[in-house]
Amino acid sequence: MTLAARLARPASTIPFWNVRRRDHLVGYLFIAPQLVGSALFVLLPLAMVGWYSLNEWNVLAGSFEFAGLGNYARLAADVRLREALTATGVFSVGLVTLNLALALLLAVLLNQRLRGTALFRTLFFSPVLVSLVAWTIVWQFLLQPSGGVNSVLGAAGLDGPNWLRGEGTAMLSVIVVQVLKNVGLNMVLFLAALQGVPKQLYEAAELDGAGAWRRFLRITMPLISPTVLLTSIITVVGSLQVFAQIAVLTQGGPGTSTTVLVYYLYQQAFQFHRFGYGATLSVLLFAIVGALTLLQWRMRRRWVFHEA
Amino acid sequence: MRPIAKLPSAALALTVAVTACGGGGEATTQAGPVTLRMTVWTASEAHLKLLNDIAAGFTKAKVKFESLPVDTYTTTLTTQIAGGNAPDLAWILERSAPDFVGSGALAPVGGKLENRGELIPSATRLWEKDGELYAYPFSTSPLGVFVNTDLLKQAGQKPPGKGWTWDEAMAAAAAVAKKGKAGLAIPDFEYKEWGVLAGIWGGWGAKAWSDDGATCGFNSPEMVGAMTFIHKSIFVDKAVPGPGTTVDFFAGDAAMAISQVSRAGLLKDAKFGWELLPLPAGPKGEYAVIGQAGVGVLKKSPNAELATEFLAYFTNAANSAKLAQFFPPARSSQLNAETLAKSNPLLKPEQLQSVVIDGINKGTVKPVHKGQEELSQTVRAALDPLWRPDADVKAVLDDVCAKIQPMLGA
Repeated sequence: MTLAARLARPASTIPFWNVRRRDHLVGYLFIAPQLVGSALFVLLPLAMVGWYSLNEWNVLAGSFEFAGLGNYARLAADVRLREALTATGVFSVGLVTLNLALALLLAVLLNQRLRGTALFRTLFFSPVLVSLVAWTIVWQFLLQPSGGVNSVLGAAGLDGPNWLRGEGTAMLSVIVVQVLKNVGLNMVLFLAALQGVPKQLYEAAELDGAGAWRRFLRITMPLISPTVLLTSIITVVGSLQVFAQIAVLTQGGPGTSTTVLVYYLYQQAFQFHRFGYGATLSVLLFAIVGALTLLQWRMRRRWVFHEA
Repeated sequence: MRPIAKLPSAALALTVAVTACGGGGEATTQAGPVTLRMTVWTASEAHLKLLNDIAAGFTKAKVKFESLPVDTYTTTLTTQIAGGNAPDLAWILERSAPDFVGSGALAPVGGKLENRGELIPSATRLWEKDGELYAYPFSTSPLGVFVNTDLLKQAGQKPPGKGWTWDEAMAAAAAVAKKGKAGLAIPDFEYKEWGVLAGIWGGWGAKAWSDDGATCGFNSPEMVGAMTFIHKSIFVDKAVPGPGTTVDFFAGDAAMAISQVSRAGLLKDAKFGWELLPLPAGPKGEYAVIGQAGVGVLKKSPNAELATEFLAYFTNAANSAKLAQFFPPARSSQLNAETLAKSNPLLKPEQLQSVVIDGINKGTVKPVHKGQEELSQTVRAALDPLWRPDADVKAVLDDVCAKIQPMLGA
């Protein structure tokens, strides 16, 4: 049948279940579970958080009143929020810097063909698999004034501080505990990227007289830059969501030195029963995560030298 | 409508059907006997067995006790309420009483309780509003000092007795600490739950805030005196374990512990000699501090009426006597050494009289205020600088008042 003849044919005579429609239906059915799951458990809660942020919700009193932008106006005047944002910034910068630097260093060291590297790779990766709360509780004991860390320092003739009670050391402790927990994940990603760098490039650079540091800067870093971007996005987003470590190790103290944004959000919503304001803080966190991720993504043109 | 166009509505219908199947919401028609849910913060097998034994005698409904971790108890309970999954009854900590009672979250229960008139006023005060009772004060537990008499003897200290003072207590604790074990442990404090310190500062006549709750008391001369004493005991005398150090008195690691009488059960298999004494006297003489829990019926419960009936049964005179095995009762007829001794074999009659009975009769409840959780966190953060060896006690306490006075006046 010619095209003109097919177009001339009345629509009612075209079979409904033609191949194209059947293919579409199969496609929709395949993605339906994921679509329904995303709608119910991601999009709907997101929309509800946005709605709650426009309301004053006192759970105990059972009151739910429209507040318009009142909760958002409150953000600007909240002195404790500024402290929480500062603590979040300190934590994120410390964690991201330390985590990425250590992960890269470990990956470079464990990329060598030496006996025992498989064992060390396993050792550094294994904390990733340990329960976060269990890991943190163990460190809570180790960081006590008379705990394992200070015992080791004492054996070396040093007086260790009260790690979790000092304004300066508490945040450092939380960062280090988190880095040790998750550095293995970034290490494995870097290791995979390093193993994808062609050996001939190093050989050619070596023949041209490039030293180890120059080879690292001029060959390794450009070729693993997509992985650096990936790990930095994952680590930045993860650092903004830190909660369990703070809840177990410091409960936001001493003072408010470790009260990061998520912990402050938890306090407002679940401890002080201000669910509306808690939802507003969630929206703020969402905006910060989104903005930072977008910024990193746009900066990939400068950072990333090639994309697969 | 074309078949393909029906897909979204079919999917929605399917979703609604699936969600409804897993729901169990309030609209669900309940067949068979009603099951009441009651949240508790104990997971002790002995406690739960007693609760279940008592509940088994209630014929109008089954009762399911749901153990929630004590550290996050109120948070979890609030989340359940927010999620539309409120229990029918709940234990409520004394620190949450003003918020739960003041907000109208609880149903009135006073009218149904057996012999309501014999509940002692010091125990019910926290749970009343406008003359109505909103929870039953089912555990009224005074703070006392548990003493490891073996450790005191080893440190050459005389066993203390009723009428002792804080100076004597700290001197004995410091002597034990010098021998290697800890001195006076404050298990529930851990440099965060500062309300427990009322067990010490009460001896100086200090209060966190005025009786009407409107004025901060942290920088009063009495509080400065008490906190200076506590600070010296921690950092100079080393009588109290320092911040960040966990010590278990009940495992025999400390000379003394300020704790509630209900912890006596932990000493059932103790391998050391021990004594329970009332709180030592301070410069202002003898005093007592009580911790408390209430059982309330959530107003949102679809079974509030039946839950109130269960509460009346659960706390009637006969069951209150059974509960006294672990939870000191608020019924005056049961506040005597003979009754308490039957259910507290570990404690001697004179201990029950001096610590439990006298404590409940003359005690004041640990500091509580409307908006307690936020106040508590603010005070905790402002007090943190006090827990350093070089702290300026008066300056820190002035700062505490500067931080919380706007909240008290609000």
